[in-house]
Amino acid sequence: MCLKAKDISFRYAKHQSWIVQNLNFCVEQGTCVGLSAPSGAGKSTLAMLLAGYLTPVEGEILLNEKPLSKKGICPVQLIYQHPEQTVNPRWRLRKVLEESGQISEELLAALGIESAWLGRFPQELSGGELQRFCVARALMSGAPFLICDEISTMLDAITQAQIWHVVCDEAKKRNMGIVVITHNYHLARHLCSQIYDLHKIQNTEKI
Amino acid sequence: MKKLRQWLFHWQQWKTPLLPMKRLNVRTKAFALTVILFSLIVTIYGVGILIPQKAVATDFAHAKQPPSWQHLFGTDNLGRDILVRTLKGMSVSVTIGIVASCISAVIGILIGIAAAVGSRFWDSVINWLIDLIMGIPHTVFIILISFALGRGLKGLLAGIAATHWASLARLIRGEVLQLRNQHYITVSRRLGKSGSWILIHHMLPHLVPQFLVGLILMFPHAILHEASISFLGYGLPPEQPAVGIILAESMTYLSAGMWWMAVFPGLVLVLIVWLIDQLGENLRRVIDPFHAQE
Repeated sequence: MCLKAKDISFRYAKHQSWIVQNLNFCVEQGTCVGLSAPSGAGKSTLAMLLAGYLTPVEGEILLNEKPLSKKGICPVQLIYQHPEQTVNPRWRLRKVLEESGQISEELLAALGIESAWLGRFPQELSGGELQRFCVARALMSGAPFLICDEISTMLDAITQAQIWHVVCDEAKKRNMGIVVITHNYHLARHLCSQIYDLHKIQNTEKI
Repeated sequence: MKKLRQWLFHWQQWKTPLLPMKRLNVRTKAFALTVILFSLIVTIYGVGILIPQKAVATDFAHAKQPPSWQHLFGTDNLGRDILVRTLKGMSVSVTIGIVASCISAVIGILIGIAAAVGSRFWDSVINWLIDLIMGIPHTVFIILISFALGRGLKGLLAGIAATHWASLARLIRGEVLQLRNQHYITVSRRLGKSGSWILIHHMLPHLVPQFLVGLILMFPHAILHEASISFLGYGLPPEQPAVGIILAESMTYLSAGMWWMAVFPGLVLVLIVWLIDQLGENLRRVIDPFHAQE
């Protein structure tokens, strides 16, 4: 199975400039691919396009040569950079995890989520603690593709290592495809078999 | 100076066990207060309902008496005890207030959600309707509706319910529109949740506090409108001891120096409104997640 972006272009409104243009990109299941580019180059927009949060203006996102379905659990899950925006502030964290399915105790232990945290509200946890919940939620959904949009930028080195270990272990176990979007070149070098430069996979001349 | 500091230190050491309330969780305290206030309001309401009609019968032998131990609030021009009459009137007014503001709040939340999740056409239709209702003075509109429906309790309830939903509907619409673009809602959609599931599980917890606050803000409005419409003679019949009627009657005798006819029923009205306001405030604290573990 492979997740493919085929000649996609995107802009937020008709009179605005293109953010992503004629982009071709492909992730095989079981591989880990890095994406790097300077700030404002459209990395997060591409992440949202790949996970189906946005629809490309031109071109299409194909999973196994078929377009992404709108219904059911999306096979491409996205983890955002800001965990505090992606959990409902009025939910206890147990419910946040239950939203994506059965809670796996094993995964929670691996991510270092203490059982006492489950009864708390999001504002009572730090950003790093919340990000573990977002990672757990994405992994528990059982999606074969995971897009990590700067998921460890706000964490200390030890926590970063812990979270990436869990993500990579799970990916290996379930043969998942992972897209790593990060500024941290060393991290990308360490994790990914291939690193793309966003500018090089777009064909801006062909309009 | 040193001694004073020592004493202060000791006092601070002692203070904590002396005030066990300080140790209680904010939520627990708010919950306890909510229960106490609720039972207080229900008691006042229940007493008003249970008072027999005989207790407010006319008794000219004791007419126009100022407050005394026998009649704590004094008696009116027909010799009726004002305390008993106010309590009975309060239960009528509270019933009208609660029923009318509940109906109105439910209409408000439903229309607000419909405007936010429906098509753009219905959104503009509803916005136009909200502007229309908010543009007409409420009193005039309630008189119109009440008169058309044959006055009395039914007309008054319909009138108040039909006019008070607009501001809450506008508030709820804005809230839902804002919530729809939150990341956790879009994530929920990608996790395969349906629109109705998101509405119930994600949005309602945000809307319930708005709903409660709206309900509480509406309550004094509803009672005051009930009183003013009854005062003008388009609402409840004069033999019904609603607070509006009592206050209207007292107007006639105020110039004759019978201040107790207006002051005490007025104070009771203020007390009830304040109690319900406190109830809402504590309820909000119970629901509010920002202070859950304090």
